[in-house]
Amino acid sequence: MAEAIVNGLGGLTVGFQMLAMDWRNLIMLFVGFILLYLGIKKDCEPLLLVPIGFGCILVNIPLSDVMGHEGFIRAIYDAGIDTELFPLLIFIGIGAMTDFGPVLAQPSTFLLGAAGQFGIFLTLLLALALGFPQLHAVSIGIIGACDGPTAIYVTSKFAPELLGAVSVAAYSYMSLVPIIQPPIMRALTTKKERETAMKPVARPVSKMTKLLFPLVITILGGIIAPKGLPLLGTIMLGNLMRESGVVGRLTKASENEIANVVTLFLGLCIGATMVGSAFVKAQTLIILCLGFLAICLDTVCGVLMGKAMRVVTGGKFNPLIGAAGISAFPMAARVVQKEGQKWNKKSYLLMHAMGANAGGQVGSVIAAAVMLSVLAGMGIIR
Amino acid sequence: MDNVTFGVTMLICGMGGTILTLWVMSLVMGLLGRLFPEKPEQKEG
Repeated sequence: MAEAIVNGLGGLTVGFQMLAMDWRNLIMLFVGFILLYLGIKKDCEPLLLVPIGFGCILVNIPLSDVMGHEGFIRAIYDAGIDTELFPLLIFIGIGAMTDFGPVLAQPSTFLLGAAGQFGIFLTLLLALALGFPQLHAVSIGIIGACDGPTAIYVTSKFAPELLGAVSVAAYSYMSLVPIIQPPIMRALTTKKERETAMKPVARPVSKMTKLLFPLVITILGGIIAPKGLPLLGTIMLGNLMRESGVVGRLTKASENEIANVVTLFLGLCIGATMVGSAFVKAQTLIILCLGFLAICLDTVCGVLMGKAMRVVTGGKFNPLIGAAGISAFPMAARVVQKEGQKWNKKSYLLMHAMGANAGGQVGSVIAAAVMLSVLAGMGIIR
Repeated sequence: MDNVTFGVTMLICGMGGTILTLWVMSLVMGLLGRLFPEKPEQKEG
């Protein structure tokens, strides 16, 4: 009987023994706490960092079976990440939440949205130079889309083993946009450029144009880059529902209930991919550094495109607006407005920056779609 | 395919394709904006 009791007690202490045996789990438990701290105390993307942090803690508890064959997170992962369903459902919600009116009022700001994606391709080159396999480099580059669902969609497809690092980088840096962008914006522009006041966006956009926008973008984008049609189609479906105004219940469900439930599951699954043995590697640190660089390069290219537009318009364009051509909506637009006001109190850049920012939202999806279609064209993916 | 060919192809086709696609979209949306301008609301009565 004594032996049975000792064995029974042994069953209660085996977790501690395992924890002592693999220090990487301890590090990841700490990382989980940091993510929770950032989400709860610092308000950095809490909707994602809280479930990611908790998922990270769950999966790194020794003998945890949550990602095992019958684990409950594995079931969610197989149903939503493996099938690429979750990022697409989130996209319907994003489409339903986003007003593309500012970019439609000034369609030229689509070009700023394009420049804001160049960091993707430049980072891809850097990742290749550092020796990452080609599809891993694609997944690392996509952090530069500054768009969590796009990064998850591409990475879960081509480099699922990098999903944790890529997703955490994408969401963390998105929340750090107000810190990352301003120094780059100041470094690349002159005082005179930053002080440029812009005329208000005067052109109103008709309901018909707003209704046609999701249809035209889906058809045109789908024909040019069919591999990205799921991404493009879902965001535009959400937007069509919003602009049609006749399916209020579906629109509300997409931007609230569906988006909330999927965000919870998505976060848990991402956190659960951060197992110590797979995550605590020099490679993870390199990915985080490259992700940071990707967002810096996006900002650089956006501001440079802004400067080009300033030349074309004969000095009437404030190049700071170019920094808003990324997908972090509407955070990047607010950063531009704040920075512009610092240099000229009479400068109101918000609506212009919202146009560039909405362009960046479309741009990130188009960039991913183009990337997938080019990869398919080269025969690297099917 | 070697990494240099892959990287340069992705850079040219990826960046070029993105900017070209969005430029075409900006033209089409500009055109639609002109075809369907916002009409001022008519006063009743």
